[in-house]
Amino acid sequence: MSLRKPHELHQRRFGRNLGLALTLAGFIVIVFSLTVVKVSRGDFLLPTGEVQQ
Amino acid sequence: MSDASFNASPLRNPVREDEAGFGDYFSLLKPRVMSLVVFTALVGLLAAPVTVHPVIGFCAILFIAIGGGASGALNMWWDADIDRVMKRTRRRAIPAGKIAPGEALALGLALSGLSVIMLALATNLFAGAFLAFTIFFYVAIYTMWLKRATPQNIVIGGAAGAFPPVIGWIAATGGMSIEPWLMFALTFMWTPPHFWALALFMRNDYDDAGVPMLTVTHGRRATRVHILVYTALLALLAVGTAFTDIGGPVYLAVALVMNALFLRGAWTIWRRDEADAEADNFKAERGFFKLSLLYLFLHFGAILTEALLKPFGLGGWG
Repeated sequence: MSLRKPHELHQRRFGRNLGLALTLAGFIVIVFSLTVVKVSRGDFLLPTGEVQQ
Repeated sequence: MSDASFNASPLRNPVREDEAGFGDYFSLLKPRVMSLVVFTALVGLLAAPVTVHPVIGFCAILFIAIGGGASGALNMWWDADIDRVMKRTRRRAIPAGKIAPGEALALGLALSGLSVIMLALATNLFAGAFLAFTIFFYVAIYTMWLKRATPQNIVIGGAAGAFPPVIGWIAATGGMSIEPWLMFALTFMWTPPHFWALALFMRNDYDDAGVPMLTVTHGRRATRVHILVYTALLALLAVGTAFTDIGGPVYLAVALVMNALFLRGAWTIWRRDEADAEADNFKAERGFFKLSLLYLFLHFGAILTEALLKPFGLGGWG
């Protein structure tokens, strides 16, 4: 059997796998966006007093 | 993995027409309940007297919704035996045999952890902790304990569904004040008449499942009385809220109209007996249940309107 032929299992579960892939991609976009916003707002900066110590 | 072993898999995983798709897993999160969670949490977040960055606000609502969905999955895992018996729930993914209870448990636990951690990271620790408490309250206090133990299950358990606007407010402000608790009280008092109306027209569903709903333990007459009493108390609370910081003229107008309609519906239910209800297939009870959905949506919509008008000097009584 050719390795290129999609296994029946893959065809059967295509919808489920696609949904999971899109969910994970969405999660990556959300975490990245959140990180950009947090970093650009300076949420992760230490208070000035602590830096001086 | 060898091709031979891969080809053998259909024997271990026989083709099933009813195999779960992505939508079946999503259905474990109770999307309809999640929509209520999203809306009330959004109102709590936007009614707060602070400005929230849109991305952070979006993430807050998303993770509150996922936390609510995770509770739903854990609820379906625990209640699979009841869901198999009740007509209303027997087509859910677990009783239908599409998803194994263990899968729902795993999904619920994973999403609970994810939502709590991500909400805490996106907003603040207090919001994350409160979401964790809400999930615990819904799953352990309501689902595992109260639901099968007392006819007051809906009353106390209703608190879990009423927490989202409080979480939304905490996510925005990082603190607590009286306003989100007014929104909490609104949903808390709305939940019993909403579910008791459902229990009336679902007739023997809860009885067959052995769930001690008020209709089963105290009878249908007592349930009708309870609906009227709770609706009267709810009306006082809902109209009174118009004169607080989250209320205003728009909210007052909505509250007066909707509570008049809701009271009329409760009065009709109270006046009817079982013969009347059977004669028209529970028309009044079904109508009251549908009205209750509109009731909550419009009250929170009015609170949101007042909050959105405030920057233009129009919202509230100011």
